[in-house]
Amino acid sequence: MSDGCGFPAPGLHSFLFKPIATVGGYEFNKVMLLAIITTILVIGFFYAAFGKAKVVPGKLQMVGEAGYDFVRRGIVYETLGKKEGEKYVPLMVSLFFFIWIMNIWSVIPLAQFPVSSVIAYPAVLAAVVYVTWVSLTFKRHGFVGFFKNITGYDKSLGPVLPLVMIIEFFSNLLVRPFTHAVRLFANMFAGHLMLVMFTVASWYLLNSWMIPAAGISFVMTMAMIVFELFVQAVQAYVFVLLACTYIQGALAEHH
Amino acid sequence: MIANLVQLAAEEEQNPLVPPGPELLVGTIAFAIVFFFFWKKLLPNINKVLEERRAAIEGGIEEAETMKVEAQSVLEQYKAQLAEARHEAARLRQEAQEQGATLIAEMRAEGQRQREEIVAAGHAQIEADRKAASSALRQDVGKLATDLAGKLVGESLEDHARQSRVIDRFLDELEEKAEAGR
Repeated sequence: MSDGCGFPAPGLHSFLFKPIATVGGYEFNKVMLLAIITTILVIGFFYAAFGKAKVVPGKLQMVGEAGYDFVRRGIVYETLGKKEGEKYVPLMVSLFFFIWIMNIWSVIPLAQFPVSSVIAYPAVLAAVVYVTWVSLTFKRHGFVGFFKNITGYDKSLGPVLPLVMIIEFFSNLLVRPFTHAVRLFANMFAGHLMLVMFTVASWYLLNSWMIPAAGISFVMTMAMIVFELFVQAVQAYVFVLLACTYIQGALAEHH
Repeated sequence: MIANLVQLAAEEEQNPLVPPGPELLVGTIAFAIVFFFFWKKLLPNINKVLEERRAAIEGGIEEAETMKVEAQSVLEQYKAQLAEARHEAARLRQEAQEQGATLIAEMRAEGQRQREEIVAAGHAQIEADRKAASSALRQDVGKLATDLAGKLVGESLEDHARQSRVIDRFLDELEEKAEAGR
């Protein structure tokens, strides 16, 4: 099909960019630029909102406070409680807004690419969370306690205990950071593929008798944008919620 | 361009799960900046303000509470004072009434006494006058009778009469008769 009309089916090459510039032998591409703009946007917005915070808030501060409160109360306090959770609020708040803005690029004209659909970015964030909860588990439970916590050591399991311990060890220590990163990555990756697919299709279907199909494809593009907006927020939420859950597990007394 | 991209893709590792090194670095730096800014500057900032707001709201509530209590106590005080004042007024009225009554009674008693005194004084005066008149009359009558008798007898009986008190006796008899006849 692609031979005749030149339709470029979206695929892995949709996630590769020619470098914009080369910095010291390293290629600087669009995704890196978007990641940096993300940082500027998040800090810029929250600086405008909280930089000169007032007791009687302005509109911007109110919006910022709503977002801050959503993460603080809605996620951190819910899972970790106020006393234990307070320490992790800065991490979770920055994670949430950083991820959310990285995701939102997916539907922003000219950008139109979710930064988190490149595995490096979710991997970095998952690694930060991983280091946080693993070191916390060590600090809380000591060396033996760490392994008891990680392997779900429970004497009442009897003969299946070794099996459970092996599974839990792999699931918690090795698979968990991977799934944590890939969950976000894959959602954004798939979402971007769908968007590219329908967008490109609505353009290439604009042939005499295919125009109705192009119309359908365009409607689908719109629908996908709305759906993606939803998924972007949900994935940011899920990522932070999981991070909190991992920390909660690290704090939990082994039974 | 598409051909270029495909070529580029073919050159690179096609595994989307293997993160390229430079992007890891950029991601780390980008997130680290966000995190430190939130951690060190923005969240302490907003937390301070939120705390202040909470304190302000709580302070306001507390103030309102104390003011309410104060107002309540003042109202109670006023009510008590008002009741006391009413009580006092009633007491004063009662006292005044009692005083008035005793005053009237005293005045009445005094009047009565004075009237009685005046009446008694009048009676005494009348009695004295009557006595004086009667004694004067008696003298006059005695003198007239003696004079008359002297004229009739022709001699002065004056000294004799005075000594014998005949006339007095006679007059006493007359009086007794008059009283008995009354």
